[in-house]
Amino acid sequence: MILWRAIVLAALVATAPALLAGEIPPDARRSGYFFMGPDTRAMQDDDTSNPGMLFVLDGEALWAKKAGSADKACADCHGDARSSMKGVAARYPAYDKALARPVTLDQRINLCRANHQQAAPLPYESHDILALSAFVAHQSRGVAIAAGDDPQAKPFVEQGRNLFMQREGQLNLACTNCHDDNFEKRLAGSPITQGQPTGYPLYRLEWQTLGSLERRLRSCMTGVRARAYDYGAPELVALELYLMARARGMPMETPAVRP
Amino acid sequence: MVRSIVHTAALIASLAFVADARAEGLAPYEITGDGIVDSLTGVPGDAARGRALVLTRTTTCILCHSGPFPETRFQGDLAPDLTGAGNRWTVSQLRLRMVDASRFNPDTIMPSYYRADGLVRVGRNFADKPILSAAEIEDIVAFLATLRD
Ligand code: HEC
Ligand code: HEC
Repeated sequence: MILWRAIVLAALVATAPALLAGEIPPDARRSGYFFMGPDTRAMQDDDTSNPGMLFVLDGEALWAKKAGSADKACADCHGDARSSMKGVAARYPAYDKALARPVTLDQRINLCRANHQQAAPLPYESHDILALSAFVAHQSRGVAIAAGDDPQAKPFVEQGRNLFMQREGQLNLACTNCHDDNFEKRLAGSPITQGQPTGYPLYRLEWQTLGSLERRLRSCMTGVRARAYDYGAPELVALELYLMARARGMPMETPAVRP
Repeated sequence: MVRSIVHTAALIASLAFVADARAEGLAPYEITGDGIVDSLTGVPGDAARGRALVLTRTTTCILCHSGPFPETRFQGDLAPDLTGAGNRWTVSQLRLRMVDASRFNPDTIMPSYYRADGLVRVGRNFADKPILSAAEIEDIVAFLATLRD
């Protein structure tokens, strides 16, 4: 009996990375969708009323449009995104061997622009980068998130997890204080969710536009009166990677709608 | 019981005179027992101003707390309702809780409102400043003390 228990325990420890106190067990994870009212859900569910779909359509046009001095379109290398891009966003941020660090989908798009199209990078949060990443990530809608599996990405997942647990800012709060410990509660009347990254880039009614996961994380940092990391900063990428690894197996929703 | 043990342990560490005013501009204060007896400004606060402060979003209280504030729907529930706080705590305890709640519970999520050191990556506009001024804390303490059932 005792032996049997010891074996079960050992097996548990060996398979799942132990959850830290407060971390959400896999079967208790919920997308932000779950916390929204019926109107916002309906808006996300119906492609004809989901404002994010306009960006997806723009992204589809950009996919086929030649750019840069190489005069090549994304489609010239990748063909039909419906097959070539299916499941790709669910694995991002992904480890880049040449750079020896993880890169976000936005950064990958700009690497393609630099290396294969000889085109200038699209600025973070610009319409075109959001449209392209929404189009690419939309090809993964419904696909289970699988980021952070690459052994070389592990140290960066760990870095992101440490950042998630770290208190910061004048209010001295960590991501985990709200998104692991208090997701059933309300902050000044609005629901706190688990902070799952399943729907990005997504349309936020508060923003009146599509925005990236980095934009969201920066506003949480500003909310606790911390100095937000710059777009593309290694710390922000590590946090994104941890969030995606934490959401492992949850289906992608891009483009989601949030209040 | 458990609470009072944690309490005592936290307080023993801080029984000695605390010159926690290292960060510039903070008035020095003295912790006695589990509270701060003397007003941070030397004069009593104004409860009416304190109520208005608690209801101001930028003061952050009602992000987490609710209370006897029928005029606003936007109250949090991450923390106890403030109704009756004046029964549960003395003025001296309320003052220490506002100044540095972590002295009562090291893992608390309630920010320390009168502290400017030991924090990480504080935003440029907030660096080296406490969240509230000594006068604001006195006003809020005066208001909390009126919250009696
Ligand atoms: C004081 C509470 C608080 C803290 C601390 C906090 N957040 Fe948030 N976060 C919120 C609220 C409120 C929202 C808006 C509601 C929502 O979408 O969850 C939000 C939204 C999010 C979302 C969007 C979820 C979605 O469904 O689109 C993510 C991701 C997120 N936060 C991650 C983080 C990370 C990472 C940190 C630390 C750098 C952090 N948060 C710190 C309160 C907080
Ligand atoms: C981020 C969350 C948060 C914020 C912001 C916050 N508190 Fe608290 N507060 C708590 C929690 C949680 C407790 C419960 C005890 C503990 O953990 O310290 C608490 C406890 C208290 C208590 C004792 C409650 C009781 O009666 O037992 C008082 C009084 C109080 N807070 C007042 C305030 C005031 C006034 C402000 C704003 C100036 C404020 N708090 C801001 C989280 C918060």
